[in-house]
Amino acid sequence: MNRRHTLALAVAAALLIPGCTGTGGTTKGADAKAPDDPSKVSGTIKVLTVRTDLVQDGTMKKYAAEFNKTYPKVNVEFEGLTNYESEVKIRMNTENYGDVLLIPAVIKKSDYPRFFASLGTQAERSEKFRFTDFTTVDGKVYGQTTNGGSPGFVYNKRVWKEAGITEWPTTPAEFLAALKAVKAKTDAVPYYTNFAAGWTLTSWTYVNGSVHCDTKATDKLAEGDPWAQGADLRVADTLLHDTVKAGLVEKDPTTSNWEESKPRTAKGEIATQWLGTWAIVQFQAAAKKAGVNPDDIGFMPFPAQVDGKFCAVVSPDYHQAVNVHSKHKEAARAWIDWFTEKSGYVRDNLAISPLKDAPLPDVMRPYEEAGVRFIEVDDTKGAQVKNIDNQSEVGIYAPEYRQNLVDLARGARKGSLDSFFADLSKRWAEARESAGS
Amino acid sequence: MTDTTEKAAVKTATGAAPAAPAPAPAPRGTRVWRGVTPWLFLIAPLALLIVFTYAPIANMVAYSFTDWDGVSPELHYTGAENYTEIFTREDLFRVFFVSGYYLAASAVQIVAALYFATVLSFNVRFRNFFKGVLFFPYLINGVAIGFVFLYFFQDGGTLDSVLGLLGHHTDHAWLGTPASANTSLAGVSIWRYLGLNFVLFLGAIQSIPGELYEAAELDGANRWHQFRYIIAPGIKPVLTLTVILSVSGSLSAFEIPYIMTGGATGTETFVIQTVNLAFRFNKTGLASAAAVVLLLIILLVTWIQRRLVPDDKVDLV
Repeated sequence: MNRRHTLALAVAAALLIPGCTGTGGTTKGADAKAPDDPSKVSGTIKVLTVRTDLVQDGTMKKYAAEFNKTYPKVNVEFEGLTNYESEVKIRMNTENYGDVLLIPAVIKKSDYPRFFASLGTQAERSEKFRFTDFTTVDGKVYGQTTNGGSPGFVYNKRVWKEAGITEWPTTPAEFLAALKAVKAKTDAVPYYTNFAAGWTLTSWTYVNGSVHCDTKATDKLAEGDPWAQGADLRVADTLLHDTVKAGLVEKDPTTSNWEESKPRTAKGEIATQWLGTWAIVQFQAAAKKAGVNPDDIGFMPFPAQVDGKFCAVVSPDYHQAVNVHSKHKEAARAWIDWFTEKSGYVRDNLAISPLKDAPLPDVMRPYEEAGVRFIEVDDTKGAQVKNIDNQSEVGIYAPEYRQNLVDLARGARKGSLDSFFADLSKRWAEARESAGS
Repeated sequence: MTDTTEKAAVKTATGAAPAAPAPAPAPRGTRVWRGVTPWLFLIAPLALLIVFTYAPIANMVAYSFTDWDGVSPELHYTGAENYTEIFTREDLFRVFFVSGYYLAASAVQIVAALYFATVLSFNVRFRNFFKGVLFFPYLINGVAIGFVFLYFFQDGGTLDSVLGLLGHHTDHAWLGTPASANTSLAGVSIWRYLGLNFVLFLGAIQSIPGELYEAAELDGANRWHQFRYIIAPGIKPVLTLTVILSVSGSLSAFEIPYIMTGGATGTETFVIQTVNLAFRFNKTGLASAAAVVLLLIILLVTWIQRRLVPDDKVDLV
């Protein structure tokens, strides 16, 4: 009996210890200033990245070596995280989350000053860089994006030509007609959903802004109904639904395979996928590996025009930021500045530069020729949208609701498209009200 | 004769007496040592248990009363609000229907495991080989199994090819509809966990003394009688344990559906839903409450089961 008491006490004590859950880390408002003299900055900095591929093949090391030519005393280490978002989220409960990291989507914008050191004021940085408003809190900027991108369809030009289509479709109806032509005249799968990977379906959310060429599209998500008649997300979701319903997709979406889809698109077994500019370089690499012509990989905007012109939304990729607890903030800042402006990362990835005066990459030349308008969607209300999204559990940045949409379209789920949208609208409206906007 | 043996006995007794320490008058130090020694041995496992099991559970219970989002340094005490939300949102409980598939699968699994264990406990040719074959899947990592079976169920994948060889050309999308997908996933789970149940049963069966079979054979009992009157009652405790494990496993199915479908097409289980709440929608508080509720449900089910089937001592002889 006595022993049992001791054991019970020990367990009870152990249970009590974590009761006082850590709420440390109140350091707030530190700045990471750019060093004045590159030769004097020193220290070892750890850079967290999602690009595990570049860490493994040594490309990151090459960047670091190049960086050391200017900053000889800084030692840069890389850590690639496959499951970046969830791993970093857990690590950010401590002070030890690298010196330079990519701002995970989970961090609330208002919490940025607690986690990251400021890179300067927006007034000063926005003169040189695009996308500064995405990480601005109270006039100070906390992150610097590595590159910009634009969503769009990656397609196989050869297949589309075989199907007799040489012009980009300008309406969703034309787009469906084009896919039907691909199905009728070629052996290719007209559209590949990549249903199983999930995140590939999420990119349909980034249609937001392109349908009406609206720079205030995000405000409308925060204040209105994203699935109202004619709203951007409804137009996009309807197109996806109709594509699946018309049987213009792979036979069994539930077992689709993302890695396989790259060479298959390059070879012309798959005609089209909705992704983004970031994907082009991967598909071209897959084409080279498969021994087919990488120039067959084409890229086109969402089929919608305003005043006879297509619209492409340019938005930032992950933002690099300096850990507010970092002991080498100057070195970390130096890395971010160098990586953004001088590393050539943007060129290597055929991406859009975050620098305002930089030219567009070659892959975007067809866009220029077609007179596509590039817009940036204002992100002032982005945090609010994310909040409503989490509250409502709709998950416009998560795959589930579009997987449900695809299931609905192929008859694996009961209901009509209208009631599906009505349910989303209802949940969104309720969350918007409870979020008190 | 008796005299000498008695003497010898006394001699040895007196000779041995000073060497063996009598329990009563041991010095204080030794007594303390003796009390402490078992605890010293227990320190490592207890520390691990407390640090990696009880402390996180306590933390989880604590979070379930807050609105924590999983990363923000700020969290607010919200009382039982999360629990109210869970019990007032019927959509959160609808996922338990999916557990029905896994429950049905566990029944099949237990029967199959029992059958194989019984057959292989008798002298069968290649029995060790078959034991290995049956147990092998349990040794493979669940994530790997998920990926392997994605290829297996693919359109034109392994399953379709095998059926094609047998002359049955199917065009069925195995993960295509909720019913088909859940059945397929439950099938994978049978394949994976059959080995564990099998080994548990086999161990229990082999601990039954061999004379019983011999005696039964002399009495003219056939294999079925041996199973019915010797094996079945002999392994009852293990059977009860397996049923409890299966029920709790079905309620908390996670790995296989999460890897293979991610919860799409109506395959979402309660744990997948909880993970999504915590990591997708950053409602760590609510998700912790959901986890606590699941724990309570499983405890309740186990308790009811123990009530219905009390664990009495088995005595075969």
